[in-house]
Amino acid sequence: MQKIEAVNDFVVKFANINGSGSASANELFARAILRMGVPVSPRNIFPSNIQGLPTWFEVRVTEHGYLGRRGGVDMMVAMNPQTWDQDVREIDPGGYLFYDSSKPLPRAKFRDDIHVLGMPLTEICNDHYSDSRQRQLFKNIIYVGALTTLLDIDPAEIERLFSEQYQGKEKLFDSNVQALNLGREFARAHLKPIALKVERRDRVGDRIFVDGNTAAALGCVYGGASVCAWYPITPSSSVAEAFQRFAQKLRIDPATGARRYSIVQAEDELASIGMVIGAGWNGARAFTATSGPGISLMSEFIGLAYFAEIPAVLINVQRGGPSTGMPTRTQQADVLACAYASHGDTKHVLLFPEDPYECFEMSAQALDLAERLQTPVFVMTDLDIGMNQRLCRPFAWDDQREYDRGKVMTREALDAGADFGRYLDVDGDGIPFRTYPGTHPTKGGYFTRGTTKNAYAGYSEVGADYIYNMQRLRQKFETAKSLVPMPVLTAARYPARFAAIFYGSTGPAMQEAIDALAEQGIYINALRVRAFPFQNEIADFIASHSKVFVLEQNFDGQLTTLLVNEAGVNPASLIPVLHYDGTPITARFITQEIAERVSRLNVRPLREHMVA
Amino acid sequence: MTYLAKPKLHHPSLAKNRVGYTRRDYEGRVSTLCAGCGHDSISAAIIQACWELDIEPHRVAKLSGIGCSSKTPDYFLGNSHGFNTVHGRMPSVLTGAYLANRELIYLGVSGDGDSASIGLGQFAHVLRRGVNMTYLVENNGVYGLTKGQFSATADKGSKSKKGQTNNDAPIDLVTLALVMGATFVARSFSGDKTQLVPLIRAALAHPGAAVIDVLSPCIAFNNHSGSTKSYDYVREHNEAVNRLDFFPQREEITADYGAGELIEVRQHDGSLVRLRKLHADYDPTDRIRAMSYVQEHAARGEVVTGLLYVDGEACDLHEQLGTVETPLNTLGAAELCPGSAALEKINASLR
Repeated sequence: MQKIEAVNDFVVKFANINGSGSASANELFARAILRMGVPVSPRNIFPSNIQGLPTWFEVRVTEHGYLGRRGGVDMMVAMNPQTWDQDVREIDPGGYLFYDSSKPLPRAKFRDDIHVLGMPLTEICNDHYSDSRQRQLFKNIIYVGALTTLLDIDPAEIERLFSEQYQGKEKLFDSNVQALNLGREFARAHLKPIALKVERRDRVGDRIFVDGNTAAALGCVYGGASVCAWYPITPSSSVAEAFQRFAQKLRIDPATGARRYSIVQAEDELASIGMVIGAGWNGARAFTATSGPGISLMSEFIGLAYFAEIPAVLINVQRGGPSTGMPTRTQQADVLACAYASHGDTKHVLLFPEDPYECFEMSAQALDLAERLQTPVFVMTDLDIGMNQRLCRPFAWDDQREYDRGKVMTREALDAGADFGRYLDVDGDGIPFRTYPGTHPTKGGYFTRGTTKNAYAGYSEVGADYIYNMQRLRQKFETAKSLVPMPVLTAARYPARFAAIFYGSTGPAMQEAIDALAEQGIYINALRVRAFPFQNEIADFIASHSKVFVLEQNFDGQLTTLLVNEAGVNPASLIPVLHYDGTPITARFITQEIAERVSRLNVRPLREHMVA
Repeated sequence: MTYLAKPKLHHPSLAKNRVGYTRRDYEGRVSTLCAGCGHDSISAAIIQACWELDIEPHRVAKLSGIGCSSKTPDYFLGNSHGFNTVHGRMPSVLTGAYLANRELIYLGVSGDGDSASIGLGQFAHVLRRGVNMTYLVENNGVYGLTKGQFSATADKGSKSKKGQTNNDAPIDLVTLALVMGATFVARSFSGDKTQLVPLIRAALAHPGAAVIDVLSPCIAFNNHSGSTKSYDYVREHNEAVNRLDFFPQREEITADYGAGELIEVRQHDGSLVRLRKLHADYDPTDRIRAMSYVQEHAARGEVVTGLLYVDGEACDLHEQLGTVETPLNTLGAAELCPGSAALEKINASLR
C-alpha cells in the first residue's frame, strides 16, 4: 500500500467534540512544531454551539511557509464517533487514521487504502484516572503525546510550553507531563512508525503567532481608541474581549489606577454604533466590532455618520451570509453591504487586512483615517483571519508617530476670527473643520443633524445647498484615495498577459497558488487590493492585462461589481473566481480554477518558461 | 410659528447670572412649532432653569432623536452643541458622548414616539447604565410630525382627533424609568412652569440618570375632548405629590417655608433637593412605593406629577467603569499609546 511520506509538509486534522477541552491540546500540538522552527497554520472549524457538536482543528505543517489552507488531509485524528464516516472518507489515499480503539469497530468502518493506528485511549484514561473530567482532559494530552512520538516532535518543546502555561502550578505541570508520557510510551511500544515527520528547522524567525481579532484589538489600543461599544456576535466578540484584556494592562493611569478607556457592552448593534458615533462626535476615538447581521442593523446610523460627518471605526469580522447564514464559517460577503451601507447616496472607506499583522496596522490606521476624513471606516477582516492563530510579522510601532486628529478648530482659532463653517470646504479637499462640543462660550457651536444643511450647518432643503454638500462629500471620497493603503503588486517572473486581483484572507492561499501556477508554466501578475476607494493604479493594472481573475470568497463576486462600478474598468476583462462554501479558500482551488480557465482561453505555454 | 426675527441686541439692563449671561443668552433659534405647542413652554423652562443654575451655555450638550420634540434643541441654548440623531436612538449617542467627555452637562430631549415606541429599548437601557444626564420626554400621546397617529403613551380608550379609539395599553414612562433604575424620576406638565423649572434644575444637577416625563399637549392633533393628553384633561386630573426646591451645593438655604412637612435629600455632590409634601403619605425616596403609588392613581385616571423618586446615593456610569477624571477626549498619544517597548513584550509573548 502506498504511504504518504513527507517531512515538514503535511496536514493533520483533529476531529473532536466541542466543549471537550480538545482545542487547547490541539493548539499545544501546533505550537510545539512552531517551537521547532517549522511554520504551521492551524484552523479551527467549529459549529455555532457550546457543547456536544462536532468541531475540527486542522494543522498544516508547512516548511515553505504557505499559511493558507491547503486542502486534503494526510493524517486524521478521529476522536468523534459522530463524524467518523465523513472523517475517514476525507483522508488522502496512503494517509493515516489515528483513532480511539477502546471499542472494537467493524472492518467496514475502515478503508483499505489508509494506514490505521488504533490506541485504546478511553481504556488508558479509565485505568489511570478516576475523575470523569480528568479522564476527558488528559485523553487529549495523551493523544498529543502519542502524536509526538509518531511525528518525531520534540517532547521537550511541549514540556516547555507546559511550564510556561502552568507557571507556579507544579501539580498541574507534573500531571500534564505524566499524561504526555503515557501517550508517548504507548506509541513507542504499540504503534507502527509512520512516514510523516517533523524535523527541526529555522524557518519561523521573529514571526509571531496570533489571531486577527486579538491583533485588531491591540491596534485599537495603539491607535488611541478610548471608547469601545459592542454587542456580542460570532466571529467578532473576541475583538472587544481582547481590547478589554489589553486595556486593563496597558491603559491604567499609574497615579490613580483609573482607566483611560471605556467599554460598554450595548443592548444591540444599533446602540453600539450609536455610542461610537456619540463618542466620535464628542472627540474621542471610538470603535465597534461586529459581523454581517450587525452591519445590517447599524446601517441607518452609518448613514448618519456619513452625512453628518462623524468619525467611526467598525471592525467587521465577516462570516457566511445572507441573514444568520453560516455564523461560524468564513466569507468575504459584506463588501457591497459595507461599501454602500445605508439609504441614499453613500460610500464608505473599506480596508482589507490579509493577516493579523495588517489587522493591527489597519485598525490603528482606521482610527486616524476616520478622524482625518470625518467618516465611518470599515476594517474588513473575516473569520479565517480573525479567529485562527496565524504566523505573521511581529507588530511594530514607531514611537514618534502622532495621532492624526484631523481638522479640528480650536478655541484659539475661533477667537482669532476664523470663519467656521462646519460643512464648508476651505481647503479644496472636501474635508471641513469641526469643533468639539464645549470648545468656546459663544463661537463654534452648531447643530449636528442627519437632515440636509448648508455649509454653516443650518437646516436647508435648498437644492444648491444640497448639491454643494453632495459634491463636497464626493470630493472628500476622492481625497480618501490618497490616504488609504496602496495595493501590493506581486509581479510574475516573466511578462504576463493574465493577472489576478485578490484581497483580505485570500492572500496566503494566493501566494502559494502563484508559485504552483508558475510551476505549470502559467505566469500571472497579482495585485492585492487593500482598500476602497480604489486608487487609479488598480484601474491601470486591470487595463494593462487582457484578462484579470478576481478571487473572492463570496457568491456574487462583490469586489468585481465594485470594481466595475467604481473603477470604471471594462467588465469583460474581469473573470470572477469564487469560493463560497464557508471554508477558507485553498491554493489547490485557486490553482485548479485559474489553470482550467487559462486552458479554456486556449492559451497554453508553447515551451517551458514561455509566457502564458 | 412666527416669522418675526428675534432682535439680536439685548437690553443693557437685562439681569445677568453669576457667570455673566442674561436669560436671552440661553435662547436659540425661533421655534418652528405650532403656536401654543406645549414643547415651546418646555424650551422656555429649560432656558429659565439653565440661567438660574448659572450653567455656561456651551457646557451643555443637547441631544435628541426625531420628531417635533426632537426639533426643540434648536430653539434653546443656541451656543451649545446639539445633535439631532436618528429616530429612537438618542440614548446611545448620548451615552457615547458622555463616555468621551464626562465634564459636559448632557440634556437628552425626546418625545413619546421617540422614547416609548421606536426607542423603548434604548430608553430602558440608558437608564440601567446610570448615564449622568437629564432625559426629558415631551409627551403628548400623538405623532405630530406625521399628523395625528396614536403613540404608545396614548391611554386606552382615548380618542384621536379623527374619532378613532385607541385600543392598546399605554406605556407609562415614569413607571418604566423606576423599574429600569433611573435615580431621579419626575413627571410634570408643560403648563405648570412653577413645578417644571425646579424639576429641570434638580435633574440637571442630579449626578445620575434623571428622567422627567413632561405632559405636553399637542395643540394641533391631541387637544380635543376625549383625549387624555389635552390641556384641559391634564389640568383636571393633575395630582401633584410635592413642590420642589433645588439648592446647588454653594447656595445658602434661605427659603422660608410655611406649614407642611418637608423632605430633604442631600445628593452626594452636596446639593440639596427640598420637597414640600402635598400628599402626606408620599415618600419620594421609596422607589417601590413610588411605583405602586403611580399605578394606583393611574387606575383612578389621575396623573401623578412632581418629583416621584430621587436616590441621594446615585452612582453614574463613569464611576462604575472606573474611568479617569480627565475627559477621555482630551487624552493624547502620551496617555493612550503604550509604545514600542510594551509592544515588543507582547510580541515576545506570542512566539
